[in-house]
Amino acid sequence: MSPPEEQRESVEQFARRSGEWLAANMPRLTSEPVHERRDDIWDRQRELQRMLWDGGFAGICVPRDYGGLGLPVEYQRAFTAESLPYELPFYLGTPTFSIILATLLDFGTHEQKLAHVPGILRGDTIWVQFLSEPSGGSDLAACLTRADRREDTWVLNGAKIWSSAAEACDFALCLARTNWDVPKHRGLSVFILDLRAPGVTIEPITQVNGNHTFCQEFFDDVVLPLDALLGEVDQGWTVTTALLTHEREGVGGSSPYVSGRNLLAPGSTVRTNPAAVLARSLGIADDPVARQLVGEQRMSDLVQRGLVERVSVGVRTGSLPPSAAALLKLYTAGASVRRTEIAATLAGEGGVVWSPGDVETQERADKYLIRQADSISGGTSEIQRNIISERVLGLPRELAADRDVPYREVRQSSRARTD
Amino acid sequence: MDFAPTDDQELFRATARSFLEREAPLATVRSWIDRPDGFDAGWWRQAAEIGFTSFLVSEEAGGGSLSGRGLDDLLIVAEEMGRLVSPGPLVPANVVAGAVSTSATRQQRERLLPGILSGDHVPGWCSGVEVEVVVDGDDHHFVLRGGASLVEAGAQAQEVLVTATGSAGLTQFLVPVDAPGVTVTPLVGIDLVRRFARLDFGDVRVDRSSVLGQVGRAGPALQHQRLVALVLQCSETTGAMSRVLEFTLDYLGDRYAAGRPLSSYQVLKHYLADMKLWLEASRGVTALAARAVHDQTDEAEELVRAAAAYVGEHGTELVQKAVQLHGGIGITWEHDLHLYLRRVSLNRNLGGTPAEHLERLAELSLQQLETS
Repeated sequence: MSPPEEQRESVEQFARRSGEWLAANMPRLTSEPVHERRDDIWDRQRELQRMLWDGGFAGICVPRDYGGLGLPVEYQRAFTAESLPYELPFYLGTPTFSIILATLLDFGTHEQKLAHVPGILRGDTIWVQFLSEPSGGSDLAACLTRADRREDTWVLNGAKIWSSAAEACDFALCLARTNWDVPKHRGLSVFILDLRAPGVTIEPITQVNGNHTFCQEFFDDVVLPLDALLGEVDQGWTVTTALLTHEREGVGGSSPYVSGRNLLAPGSTVRTNPAAVLARSLGIADDPVARQLVGEQRMSDLVQRGLVERVSVGVRTGSLPPSAAALLKLYTAGASVRRTEIAATLAGEGGVVWSPGDVETQERADKYLIRQADSISGGTSEIQRNIISERVLGLPRELAADRDVPYREVRQSSRARTD
Repeated sequence: MDFAPTDDQELFRATARSFLEREAPLATVRSWIDRPDGFDAGWWRQAAEIGFTSFLVSEEAGGGSLSGRGLDDLLIVAEEMGRLVSPGPLVPANVVAGAVSTSATRQQRERLLPGILSGDHVPGWCSGVEVEVVVDGDDHHFVLRGGASLVEAGAQAQEVLVTATGSAGLTQFLVPVDAPGVTVTPLVGIDLVRRFARLDFGDVRVDRSSVLGQVGRAGPALQHQRLVALVLQCSETTGAMSRVLEFTLDYLGDRYAAGRPLSSYQVLKHYLADMKLWLEASRGVTALAARAVHDQTDEAEELVRAAAAYVGEHGTELVQKAVQLHGGIGITWEHDLHLYLRRVSLNRNLGGTPAEHLERLAELSLQQLETS
């Protein structure tokens, strides 16, 4: 599958060749990449990924059978290190590469991988995962979207929500219930869903700040071929658990399938304190209350860097269990709340009323209005505290009224039942 | 960069822990409360023999580190001492040992280091600059005047390291406590076994052999000493936090209300999850700070101040929350919680309060904007 070690170029040779190719072919970054949602951003991602493919640098750790280079992870890390000054398809990193590609490689049949992996590596397809549901909140396994076997097809009905940029995507991995006579986790399956299939409706969600980062989707009798099933039937929770592990790798920056810098990884080594910049621009850098907030911002960023190190080393050496990643999630959620609050406080009166066209102030106000988002998405802070207390500290688990009960008999939110 | 502990460090941690548990359990620490020095001299000599005073001293000078990073090794000592709220002059002994090892003349080293390394000699360290050089006319002698308001082990020390201002700049002196003109006034502190004293220098005459390092050039050395002291305090507090969290978890597992363990109530579980986060974040930032101080990077002070502000605030908060979780028993003299609360409260304010560290962080952030 991968070249025998003796014929392979060394990591150093690969790094040198990568650096030369990047310099000759990829655009240099002129400023920090930001989470912009420009209209053409997804076309740009496809184009950049296609450049990597044409240059022979797509899918460095993906097996050669499926279009990759089949190299060990050190080669990917070396490429990423060389790539830092250049624009890469950052927005494909998570979820398409770190989560979806990794899960397809874990659970896909040879035919499924042949059908989908090369398209991802070429930049032809962008993927999203459909997990959360309008009724479900943080309890992902409380899935009410259903897939029913009808002759030689599966028929999908239900709704999903909080999927990132689904309107720009081509395919999804979709969690659905295939068996209602067994307990919650044992009747789920994961499907590969073509988003252009008849019966799929995608609607962007307008957030408080006017952005459309997320979508919701509705499925009305969507017919799927039998080979759309990923993994075994009714074993979808196993697939989902692996997918969520890949999500943590993607967010934490340890995925072997992502090229380029990780925009999501916490613990940045940037030295500029955004609160100091703001305080100075507002002319309040001498105000003692403002200075406390400026100091707190710097403290918060540096403590986060320390916690990232502590958790990653702890998990690697076994002094902390893998679920300790929840510590990081809980910290960053709280830090994000404080960051918006510090900025809103520093901005004062001028932060709530501004001149037309003052985009910077408006963005700061919008960030404050949506400050709880990081404490909600990807598992609320309350769920993280459950995970930490139960799986890291070993305290008694919460009572679950759906444990070992056929899912058909489990009570649902009043407007949620679909069967 | 990686701070996974080495095998030698793991082994040393186990040795230090079993030594402290055997020779200075909490019952023993309580029995030392009434001693004037707060600890048993023989016990400190044993601690020194294990290595509690040698990690910041170079190998040539009789010390040595386990990992090549002496401050990392010393953090283990501090953390283990924090777990049992141990007494003993951890900070002054190591700060002075490190300073002497780095900057002393051979004569000074030979006079001071063997005693510190063996634990026979307890040095004092004045963290502030409250003393003035009033005479440095003829290059051969200096006259020091002023006070040092808060000197750990000041009444136990035979010799203190004090920083004085003068026309030449900052200079550090090693001054025998029995020198004519030095007055020692023992103080009473929130911690029951850590001793502090006020030292007054009433025109104390010292000669050139008392100067540590170069006359007028002690600024960076004092800064380094302060950062080392703060990192050690942070590490000691994380040790206390970790032990308090352990016995609080045990207590809440054993105690039942309405037929179920307290540890099964979600609101209490969520408090404990927050406490675990504070502990691991404190450990993480302290370890980063220690690395930066050892490597003397340009972020060292920022990381130390961030650690001191965060650990100071969350160390006391964790122990106070543990008192809340224990209920009434938590505010009794009989329960050990107050010993921990005393230690973390001491460390929270010593060398600067969290608010003072934040102010300095703001200053550094704003300076950074000017230079970038």
